[in-house]
Amino acid sequence: MHKLWQSIRKELLLLRRDIGGVIILFAMPLVLIIAVTLIQNAAYQRSGDVRIPILIVDNDKGNVSKSVFDNMNQSHAFELITKKEGVDLTEDSAKDAVFSGQYQLAIILPQNLSADLQAKIDQNVDKMLTSFGMGDSTKIKTPEREIGQKTVKLYFDPAVQMSFKTAVMNNIDKMISQIESKSIYDAFNEQLGAAGQPSFEQKSFIAFKEINPTVNNKEVKPNAVQHNVPAWTLFAMFFIVIPLSINMVKEKSQGTFIRLRTNPVSSAVVIGGKTVTYLIICIIQFYMMLAVGIWVFPLLDLPALNVDANFFMLTLVAVFSGLAATGYGILVGTIAKTQEQSAPFGATSVIILAAIGGVWVPVFAMPKFMQIVAMCSPMNWGLDAFYDVFLRNAGIREVLPEISLLFLFFAATITIALLYDKKKRSV
Amino acid sequence: MPDLNKIIDIHELAKKYKGADHYSVNPITFSVLEGEVFGLLGPNGAGKTTLISMLCGLLDPTSGSFEIDGKTYGGNASELKKIIGVVPQEYALYPTLSATENLNYFGSMYGLKGKDLKKKIADSIEILGLTKFASKRIDTYSGGMKRRINLIAGILHNPKVLFLDEPTVGVDVHSKNVIIEYLKEINQQGTTIVYTSHHMAEAEDFCSHIAIVDRGRIFAEGKPNDLIDATPEARNLEDVFLSLTGKALRDA
Repeated sequence: MHKLWQSIRKELLLLRRDIGGVIILFAMPLVLIIAVTLIQNAAYQRSGDVRIPILIVDNDKGNVSKSVFDNMNQSHAFELITKKEGVDLTEDSAKDAVFSGQYQLAIILPQNLSADLQAKIDQNVDKMLTSFGMGDSTKIKTPEREIGQKTVKLYFDPAVQMSFKTAVMNNIDKMISQIESKSIYDAFNEQLGAAGQPSFEQKSFIAFKEINPTVNNKEVKPNAVQHNVPAWTLFAMFFIVIPLSINMVKEKSQGTFIRLRTNPVSSAVVIGGKTVTYLIICIIQFYMMLAVGIWVFPLLDLPALNVDANFFMLTLVAVFSGLAATGYGILVGTIAKTQEQSAPFGATSVIILAAIGGVWVPVFAMPKFMQIVAMCSPMNWGLDAFYDVFLRNAGIREVLPEISLLFLFFAATITIALLYDKKKRSV
Repeated sequence: MPDLNKIIDIHELAKKYKGADHYSVNPITFSVLEGEVFGLLGPNGAGKTTLISMLCGLLDPTSGSFEIDGKTYGGNASELKKIIGVVPQEYALYPTLSATENLNYFGSMYGLKGKDLKKKIADSIEILGLTKFASKRIDTYSGGMKRRINLIAGILHNPKVLFLDEPTVGVDVHSKNVIIEYLKEINQQGTTIVYTSHHMAEAEDFCSHIAIVDRGRIFAEGKPNDLIDATPEARNLEDVFLSLTGKALRDA
């Protein structure tokens, strides 16, 4: 025990002598979590303070285009631009501006969109009522005009992400459908002679209501903070791999590792000293991130992190995630021969583990094959356990599979490191 | 049972690195007697460090066996490590820690603690003339000062056998003198010393027994004066060395 304590003391002393490194170790994750949450919160809750400027060319100038303008303004997501340098936009000028990257999107509303939509609906309603024997028999029959399909053109900046494109296209599609439905209802009202006194209730019959889980009788509403704090905390904890592996590579190059191998001290003590020290750092990082979520985020107009979830459970998941991160750092530090190997490999592999673990893109949204790969990432296990506790109010039984996997990962990485070291000795 | 007088007993010990086309240490057999200062002398690449690394438990032998005070690494490695001290060629110290912090850590890895450890550190530092630098970081030390702390880290636990790999390489005359005098004192207190060096004059003065190693083989072994006497026209150990290993450069 005395040897273990001295090993921990030595590791803490080494960290204390590198104050710059320690500051980076704690400050960078905090900067990361604040920056990412600020950016992502805008996507979660569009409050209207940041609007995406889009070009719109109105060749219709009718009811439909008016509805499009009204709907888009009400969404608070877009700033509609119809003129550039004081000149009305044309399809060509809008297209050029988008393709050159000045704007992300241009919407071109075709000529006679409102008139042709109304005419088409009138024709259809008229036909329908006539087939039910309800048509106007006194009306003089005129030959039916052929009305072609109308196309609303969308020009996207090629650099725009697919998710943005899909969201915009879905919104516009929904808007046009609503305008069409309203026009159909209006046409029926008019034909049935009840103009000015609507015969139909035009409000949507089916409504949606989101029901969220409750923790301590309080609803846990998902927001960027509830998602980002666990995800990025885990990401930051795994970045411990870099200083830890550098620490081990330095011991090899300085010769202290050789000296330790000639001392009557077991590898368990040497590794135990590093594990406990770096686990302490992980837990401090974790609590600092929680503190930022609780007390700093509200100062930045972000929702405060809800930590009504069981604090013990959060700490438990953090400890096992920290163990997995430390084990991985020890493995990288054992295998790497130089800092030039350990630092880039450690950083890149953590980013890969985060990507496949669902830190950026949720696992359910990944292709089938990648969903299977995701199950192999310790960050995925940690993230699932954190979400279970943060958002689903899970207890120890629910997170047991994930924390068991995290512990097995720690045990496996340490075993591989010890075997690798033993094998190297027999060269 | 080993002979009472033999503290290190080596039998047909050999090392061939994986992928190498020749042995770094050919099967060799020799013994070191208790209380001796045993010098392993040889040119670069002779196999001295490989041999000492096997004896310190850092490398597994390809074949052969050895015992140190009747113990082996395969049997009771921890017990064996308790009775040996190792002073590697590198400054095996943490540069950002002070001398005291380094020695406190390495001493505690031998199970030393409390006042005994503190006293041992203070005494050793004083003998080697570093008391006023004890709380300074190692990365502020000169090469000679680092060598002295490197030595103390290997002897804090009063080892029965001390392995030294080039303990005076790259240090000035004063530091070298202090180190050798201190080693002589340790030896007089009963510690057996196995030592590698390039410095023939230093070895001639310091060692009670010498083995001249080249190409992984022991070419000659005996007391320094006996080796000199047995070599025609040799006036000192350097002449013996050149006579046995040749005058050609070995780096090519």
